[in-house]
Amino acid sequence: MSFLYDFLAWLPNVQLAHFLIVSGILFSLGIYGIVTRKNAVMVLMGIELVLNAANINFVAFARYSALNLDGQMAAVFVIILAAAEAAIALAIVLNIYHRFQTVNIDEVSSLKE
Amino acid sequence: MQLFSVLFFIFGFITVASAFLVVFSRNIVYSAFSLLFTFFGVAGLYVLLQADFLAVTQVLIYVGGILVLLLFGVMLTNKVISVDIKTGTMQTIPALVLVAVIAGSLAGVFYSMWRGTATPPEGMVSTTKPIGELLMTSYLLPFEIASVILLVALVGAAMMARRTRKV
Repeated sequence: MSFLYDFLAWLPNVQLAHFLIVSGILFSLGIYGIVTRKNAVMVLMGIELVLNAANINFVAFARYSALNLDGQMAAVFVIILAAAEAAIALAIVLNIYHRFQTVNIDEVSSLKE
Repeated sequence: MQLFSVLFFIFGFITVASAFLVVFSRNIVYSAFSLLFTFFGVAGLYVLLQADFLAVTQVLIYVGGILVLLLFGVMLTNKVISVDIKTGTMQTIPALVLVAVIAGSLAGVFYSMWRGTATPPEGMVSTTKPIGELLMTSYLLPFEIASVILLVALVGAAMMARRTRKV
């Protein structure tokens, strides 16, 4: 039971591990969205959740360790790449919709007509 | 409990609860709107971690850019008659098991490794100026590459999304 006491004493005193655990939950939810959804736009939302989880980790370590601003710079570049990725992915999704009249990724299984 | 901890639990709850809604809601429009609250919650966590520039960037780019783009994607790829647009799921049970294992092991590792981290000194320092200086000194090459990537990505997206295509 000492584990439980440790945990209860640790919980109200917010520090690095709290942020990491929130980001871990966010990451797992994103993976769940990517794996289970059929709609391609929902898969994109899952990817955004995963990227946000990674960003929280970067910023948390930047604050609580000797990483300083380098962690925040990594997060800035992740945000930049996320913007580029969203634009490209939506263009691809629109193309798929024009060709197949659906965005369910389990129905889009041919590369060529 | 200090104010910091209370604020952390509020923002963490907003983030996690709305992420649950994003993933488990059947209606894709509801998912997109819950994603808005997830992004705001993450911005709040950034503020608690003293990353003020990143928090504002998060709101501007994620909420103002990516979320609007995703909503466009939702609206353009569904025959919108009413607001309820259902989306199907597949293999929910294996995915739930997998995700529970991932979340459990991640939380266990984080808890056992970084439980006793020392709290850094208080005192808010603005990060905007140091980040700007870093972008123009140590991170100049990644910054330029990122700008070229953004240009290429936007041109490519506009090119691909064009309706009529001359082959």
